[in-house]
Amino acid sequence: MTTTFNSFVRLLAGLCVLLMTTLPAHAALRVLACEPEWGALVLELGGKQVDVSVATSARQDPHQIQARPSLIARARNADLVVCTGAELEIGWLPLLLQQSGNAALQPGAPGNFAAADYVSKLDVPTQLDRSQGDVHAAGNPHIQTDPRRIALVSQALAARLQQLDPPHAADYARAQAEFATRWQRATERWTAQAAPLRGLPVVSQHKAFVYLYDWLGLKEVAVLEPKPGIEPTASHLQAVQAALKATPARLVLYAAYQDPRPSDWLSRNAGIPALKLPFTVGGSDAANDLFGLFDDTVARLLAAAGAAR
Amino acid sequence: MPKSLLAALVLALAAPCPALAVDSPADIAALRREMAAIRADYEVRLRALEQRLQAAEARATPAPPMPVQPPVAAAPAAATLPSAPALAAPAAAAGSGASSFNPAVSLILSGLYARTSQDPARYAISGFQLPVDAEVGPGSRGFSLAETELGLSAQIDPWLRGAAAIALHGDDSVSVEEAFIQTTALGRGLTLKAGRFFSGVGYLNAQHAHTWDFVDNPLAYQALLGTQYGDDGARLSWLAPTDQFIELGLEVGRGRGFPGSDTGRNGAGMTAVTAHTGGDVGDSHSWRAGVSWQHTRADEQALVGQAAGGSAVTNAFSGRTRLWIADAVWKWAPNGNASRTHFKLQGEYLRATRSGSLVYDVGNTDSAGDYRATPSGWYVQGVYQFMPRWRVGLRTEALNAGAPDYGANAGLLASTGFRPRKDAAMVDFNPSEFSRVRLQLARDRSQPGASDNQLFLQYQMSLGAHGAHGY
Repeated sequence: MTTTFNSFVRLLAGLCVLLMTTLPAHAALRVLACEPEWGALVLELGGKQVDVSVATSARQDPHQIQARPSLIARARNADLVVCTGAELEIGWLPLLLQQSGNAALQPGAPGNFAAADYVSKLDVPTQLDRSQGDVHAAGNPHIQTDPRRIALVSQALAARLQQLDPPHAADYARAQAEFATRWQRATERWTAQAAPLRGLPVVSQHKAFVYLYDWLGLKEVAVLEPKPGIEPTASHLQAVQAALKATPARLVLYAAYQDPRPSDWLSRNAGIPALKLPFTVGGSDAANDLFGLFDDTVARLLAAAGAAR
Repeated sequence: MPKSLLAALVLALAAPCPALAVDSPADIAALRREMAAIRADYEVRLRALEQRLQAAEARATPAPPMPVQPPVAAAPAAATLPSAPALAAPAAAAGSGASSFNPAVSLILSGLYARTSQDPARYAISGFQLPVDAEVGPGSRGFSLAETELGLSAQIDPWLRGAAAIALHGDDSVSVEEAFIQTTALGRGLTLKAGRFFSGVGYLNAQHAHTWDFVDNPLAYQALLGTQYGDDGARLSWLAPTDQFIELGLEVGRGRGFPGSDTGRNGAGMTAVTAHTGGDVGDSHSWRAGVSWQHTRADEQALVGQAAGGSAVTNAFSGRTRLWIADAVWKWAPNGNASRTHFKLQGEYLRATRSGSLVYDVGNTDSAGDYRATPSGWYVQGVYQFMPRWRVGLRTEALNAGAPDYGANAGLLASTGFRPRKDAAMVDFNPSEFSRVRLQLARDRSQPGASDNQLFLQYQMSLGAHGAHGY
């Protein structure tokens, strides 16, 4: 048994040496983005200077991710982690960072960037109590559905990239300035296009779109989840349907990663269209970057609202 | 080494050195390009600054406070949007008073109803000698309060984190389940942990009881690791700088728990080495697998055995135990989205070699003899969430006492060659991610001719800080 153990140790030692000598020599800043929207933003600002890897996809619920071995390995090798923050990733990110053995990413270090720190939040609970469901103390974390807030995050993120990668600081500043100009123009266009949506009463499956509503002036009259993070129940769906008789809604909205069945149920029973929104980059074929995300979101809303008219 | 070869080597090393570069038309062209790039850069910045100025003048309101601390000169020249000031985060309002530094507190509440066809007081695993106070079997019948676990954790300073898990038992006793400090700033993939903690051997060992998928731990863990191996010591783990997850761990400890025993010596009573790897296969599959080795010492470890006549007898074991564990887990969730459905398959194989001496019937016969056994066991379990909130699981397992050799005591102790087996099925309902109610049915055949049919009804609730559970 001792000889088997010795050969085991020799094998491990050999493996270590092999790994040490084949260290990938990266010149680019290695960024781990928690969600696709931040991965896309890092690409806009970093271009060729960054090597971006995204931890989740548009088809995954960002609240419910596991600290998988592949994610731990990616956190180990990253120079910067770009996440939403506001406790969105509380179920997995702390563990990822603890297990990564990577000092650069720890909370408070420059390599730890939380987008929600740079924008004002909505739905900030006045009372913290789990009887209200899975509420986040800092407020609703789904800030990426408002392009004005993305503009603010892009400033802060560019500053962080400059801080972490001084040799390319001018590149990041230039990319940010270009992005900000394009983004402002696009935001003005989307805002103008979406003007007819102002005041449109809608139902959401999860409280995922408060920032979108804040931007475009949509009115959320009901939510299909009885409490945030709690799956819609049959009785609650019926209650929503009954309530809609008094305050009718025109659309029911759900995010690409969500189970469409609760929205479809309400759509059938209340006679209003159910609309899937991409929610993040990759949530639909058209949402292949940040610009595509909002082009598609606004187009889908206008088409569905037009059809519902 | 011949001189010419040495010179060639020096030249080869020096070749990429910029000092050796000479001015050439190519260099001048490169310089020109660089100058052009710098000019373009300034033009862009100037344009952005002009836009900012215009926007500011048009609104005649102050520009939004930059919520960032750019340490370098290049200011992020943002074209601001009309309502930007209202959208920027206000200066972070830190919590007030001393309480804002309180650690994260969590409390696990758990209760159990058990119904068994055999008396739990007579529970034993045939062929396995276990400590007098071993936590094996279904526990007590009827209603009981399961372990209440109080968890506290916080960052200590920029370099260390601390955590403790205090278990309050149903019989009013208290135990320190875990209390450790852990580095967060060593870097290079290294993490050092010290204090009392669950060993990182195997897959299930480090997991707290409230995250188990069944009410109890597998028989192999009960018979070979004293249900769950926790120790006082230190663990160094290293994560390889590769895209593939490779984690190596080295542990030394006091060796206070079964299969070791508190020996009171200066050196380590327990040493362990772990190696795990894992990754993703496509979007929907992920896995982790590994091997662990653990060495423990025992001095006069009091064990309950079975005499050849069938009666219980207390023996004392002195010697060493070398334990190998192979573990694997595979998880599936459609597109990696586990909210609606997901499946988890896990299995572990444990094999120990215990060698030393055994004193038979301590205090009475006191007959000493050599002792050597190679007990082993395995389990395989699958858990499937078939719809939101609902999961079902199946587990099957077996043990092998591994033909113990009692030396001079041969014939005094029973050695039947019986292979204990157990099968369990469970269904649980999770109203939220903080609550769970579980029904488990099991047939436990740990003793020949006495199959124990067990029914458990259990609740597990998590209060306070949002826990992050390991893979």
